[in-house]
Amino acid sequence: MKILIIGGGTGGTILANNLSRRLSGELKAGKARIVMLSASDRHMYQPGLLYVAVGRMTPDELYRDQASLLEPGIEFHVDPVTEFHFDRNQVTAASGKNYDYDILVIATGSRALMSSIPGLAENAETFYTEETAVKMFKALRSFEGGRVVVTVGVPHKCPMAPLEITFMLNDYFKDRGIRDKVQLHYTYPIGRAHSLENVAKWATPEFGRLGITYETLFNMKEVDGANKILRSEEGSETKYDLLIAIPAHKGMEVVEKAGFPGGWIPTNRASLHMEGEHGKNVLVLGDTTNLPISKAGSTTHFQAEVIAENLAAVIKMGVPVRDYDGKVFCFIQAGKERATYASFNYTTPPDPQPPTRAVHWFKTAYNKLYWTSARGLL
Amino acid sequence: MEKKIIDARNSFCPGPLMELIAGMKAAAVGDELEVLSTEKGSASDIPEWINKVGHEVIETREEGGVWHIFVRKLK
Repeated sequence: MKILIIGGGTGGTILANNLSRRLSGELKAGKARIVMLSASDRHMYQPGLLYVAVGRMTPDELYRDQASLLEPGIEFHVDPVTEFHFDRNQVTAASGKNYDYDILVIATGSRALMSSIPGLAENAETFYTEETAVKMFKALRSFEGGRVVVTVGVPHKCPMAPLEITFMLNDYFKDRGIRDKVQLHYTYPIGRAHSLENVAKWATPEFGRLGITYETLFNMKEVDGANKILRSEEGSETKYDLLIAIPAHKGMEVVEKAGFPGGWIPTNRASLHMEGEHGKNVLVLGDTTNLPISKAGSTTHFQAEVIAENLAAVIKMGVPVRDYDGKVFCFIQAGKERATYASFNYTTPPDPQPPTRAVHWFKTAYNKLYWTSARGLL
Repeated sequence: MEKKIIDARNSFCPGPLMELIAGMKAAAVGDELEVLSTEKGSASDIPEWINKVGHEVIETREEGGVWHIFVRKLK
């Protein structure tokens, strides 16, 4: 039984390690193989980019060698997939080599697309890559006052990022002693300050308390860089001196090329199998799915655990053991020293509590504990 | 012109309207989208956004706790 995992990010890595422990006997006996193909020999802790953008972490803290995170029995190759051949249980990779599989797991993730809005890439800061997070911090360092606009596209990775960066910016400017010279303005695509109703109910009075203005039903249409104006699909516009964007995301190009619009693969919400005639032995994980749930590290973490349990059970007993219930857990950094969290699934909405220092310190600890999660231990 | 279904049942985050906004971006002018939602608020907040942006609400109906909201991309 050859299990081929495409993608060495959070989901693929947790799955590979979790599964490797469950199948240790089968791997040793040569009855199972786990092969991972990734685009990079490094693994990034992506939530750390938020902290890099406000000068609270440096980029080197975000990386580990991917091979060092994997259990010894996992065959790891830096050889990104260039083509899927679902009809013959095979993928082609950048090296030109073909890799066969009995079970395929696609965990290729998503990418922020600043190019999706005219003028955005040229005129806005963002923090979804190391390069852009460092650039954003440099822009903040040289900013001496004016109107800062945080704007949000859909879909985007990390549903809490828009609120978190706004609260972090509030503290950043406060610490520099220029908060009174900065007008912080937040825009959001739907009719409240966050997609989760209870999070919006918590965030809105926080905005009032901190003097942050906000505008809802605002979807970016174009940026007029010459006049420093952001216009919306809804017909409104807002001036800015510094524009911070959480841009719309897409799945990876190789997935789009395989015939999946937007790079999102239609996925069964319970079994996580790919929908369609070739889905029986293909599973999809994390951002790559088209499921109507948060694109977040915790989502792919919980899905990876379900897939690992099910694959091991299928190999050992012939049947899977459980469904994915839509579980998501998101920390919400409510400034530099306070945090809360939202936990929910397909049937139970979250009920976030007021932020505390204790949750902030737990989140700070998790920024290091993540490597234990990636190894499939936590 | 295509007909597409956006199955946003049991979606707290990003939720039905966010799913529709993303779906609208990917759709072509003239395409019809059917949003499935188990959130009662979708019956009002989706039409509110559609009207504000200038697309068309074709029909809204509820069947067994699921709201079916049919919209057309006009621009």
